[in-house]
Amino acid sequence: MRLHLSRRQVIRGLLATTAFGATVKLGTGCAASSSDTVATDDQPITLGFIYVGPKDDYGYNQAHAEGAAQIESKFSWVKLSEEANVPETTAVAESMRSMIDSDGAQVLFPTSFGYFDPHILKLATEYPEVQFFHCGGLYQEGVHPKNVGSYYGYIDEAQYVAGIVAGLTSKTGKLGFIAAKPIPQVLRNINSYTLGARSVKPSTTTQVIFTGNWAEPIKEAEATNSMVDQGIDVVTCHVDSPKVVMETAEKRSIFCTGYHANQSALAPKGYLTGAEWDWANLYAQIAEDVKAGKTLTEGGIPHLLRGGLKDGFCKVSDYGLAVSSEAKQAADEAKAKLMDGRLVIYKGEIKDNTGAVVVAANEELKQLDPKLESMNYLVEGVLGSVGS
Amino acid sequence: MAAETTALGWWGVLLAIVAGTMRGGTPFLFVSLGECLTEKSGKINLGLEGTLLTGAMTAYAISYLTGSPWLGVLMAGLAGLMLGAIHGWLSQQPRVNDVAVGIAMIVFGSGIAFFLGKPFIQPSAPQLPTINLSNAAMPPALQAALQISPLFLLGLGIAPLMSWFFRSTRWGLYIRAVGDSPDAARAMGVSIFKVRLLSVMIGSFLAGIGGASLSLYYPGVWTERISSGQGLMAVALVIFAGWKPVQCLWASLLFGGAQALGPALQSVGIQEGYYLFNAAPYILTLLIMILTCSPKRTLSGVPGALGTDN
Repeated sequence: MRLHLSRRQVIRGLLATTAFGATVKLGTGCAASSSDTVATDDQPITLGFIYVGPKDDYGYNQAHAEGAAQIESKFSWVKLSEEANVPETTAVAESMRSMIDSDGAQVLFPTSFGYFDPHILKLATEYPEVQFFHCGGLYQEGVHPKNVGSYYGYIDEAQYVAGIVAGLTSKTGKLGFIAAKPIPQVLRNINSYTLGARSVKPSTTTQVIFTGNWAEPIKEAEATNSMVDQGIDVVTCHVDSPKVVMETAEKRSIFCTGYHANQSALAPKGYLTGAEWDWANLYAQIAEDVKAGKTLTEGGIPHLLRGGLKDGFCKVSDYGLAVSSEAKQAADEAKAKLMDGRLVIYKGEIKDNTGAVVVAANEELKQLDPKLESMNYLVEGVLGSVGS
Repeated sequence: MAAETTALGWWGVLLAIVAGTMRGGTPFLFVSLGECLTEKSGKINLGLEGTLLTGAMTAYAISYLTGSPWLGVLMAGLAGLMLGAIHGWLSQQPRVNDVAVGIAMIVFGSGIAFFLGKPFIQPSAPQLPTINLSNAAMPPALQAALQISPLFLLGLGIAPLMSWFFRSTRWGLYIRAVGDSPDAARAMGVSIFKVRLLSVMIGSFLAGIGGASLSLYYPGVWTERISSGQGLMAVALVIFAGWKPVQCLWASLLFGGAQALGPALQSVGIQEGYYLFNAAPYILTLLIMILTCSPKRTLSGVPGALGTDN
């Protein structure tokens, strides 16, 4: 009897595992497979895009997917192979492999931060003829395979401009920032936002709430509500999908500034402006370079692609209805100065919120400065702490 | 800083927790009431996590497509009912373990919700109207907190109703008999299969409505991370509540409030340990499991046939 039972359990376990596998495949199997069988007139180039979440989340993934869609409609010779909801596990390695083997992708854009190590690195050594472009700042010269490159934008420039608009629109002088985790990219956005706001109104403060993870809809909503209760009247965020924050802010009739993509449709009354990614320019440039026969391996395409407002890596959303002409003017002026390099955001003397000097009086940290990529402080005026 | 606008300070934390109990507690309430009904009949349905997601997706999709959030709530319940029918039928087949089926149903329910929910992540669906219990003289923060969801009130009504149902009705007696002593129920001439199937289905119907509360009231979006394990926590909560519907209500409120704790404390400047505060609901779950699951004593109120193979 007992033996019989345990065999049943084994079968049961196998069935459950199969069911699990089948549903996982069902959930993620939405690749728009565009296998190029016959190369017709103009030899097509297949680009593979992999996203960690859904393509239309009003956030990080949507920004990438929009960029991909734009180059597809711009160049007739570009073919896309896309897959969404790919977790940062061996699943992404499988996605990359099938894109290369069955869709014939020559260039891959695995967009999520956690795809890099070890998945991209492993596949890159396996497929040396394929070019891998990773979004995030992880590529190291000499350490990583030559067919891997990294690209990232200085979106904190756009956050600085949004901060100016927020600072001049807020009636209470209290801004709110809902952030996922205290990592350098997030801290840099919080700091630039605050520095922007304080450049026009020095008494402004920014309250930070860390939710602890990239997608925590309930905590994001709770955080927004708590902030409104504390008299904060402009919120922004750095989470995967800003939808909850924007909609909750609109419900509580306060202002908000967006992130990742344009969220004005979610908060028609309160949306002031926002920091958006603008990947179409970069993707178009990479596609053209590849078309011209350039590769990362031979150095035709630089391994580190970086840029801000000027280079078209990011942009500032169109101003909303509630933005005064004074705020528009100040923001446009700062934007112009950032574009031509007259304005350096991290220019001494800057203190952190415990009073320690983090940028010395005569120091200027330009956007490319590696010091900024390891930021571990919150500037004066931010209410919050990076420790957990 | 402007003096007219109300910065509530520490009152804000209290308000956030109280409002959080009502906002965040609603899905817990429905799922735990559903699970309570299911477990009273002697079966466990772990699949309610998947049901919650399917319910949230269905409610959002139907509300978006038809413009009627109430129809969305109904369809969410019916979608739950169907998942419940699968679980109820499957878990009663000979030598099938209800926990294993439940785990499969989590994967199935969430998989189907993710698969069908793709086109509904971006659009904004009409939300359920709220009942305003405040008046214009109150501070705005309090007014916002007093926008009560009708679903919460519904849950508030169902809890004592279910309690009365178990205690004083013939049908309630059947469910209790089937859950406590299937042999006695069989001797009474009650069909164990039918009673359990119906209990699981109606329990899943309630869980589906809990999902509707997530996507149509608070936080009011459909995303794939919307449930964050609430369906599973609700199962623990039923144990905590000792299989009593009214206590499920209090436990749900407690869990809802615990969710609001982390963000609310940070907003008044308590920065240390936010990971700990954010984990409050999970820590609470663990504590409950440790406190209630001692091998040295039996739980009071546990249905006798729960977890056995008949």
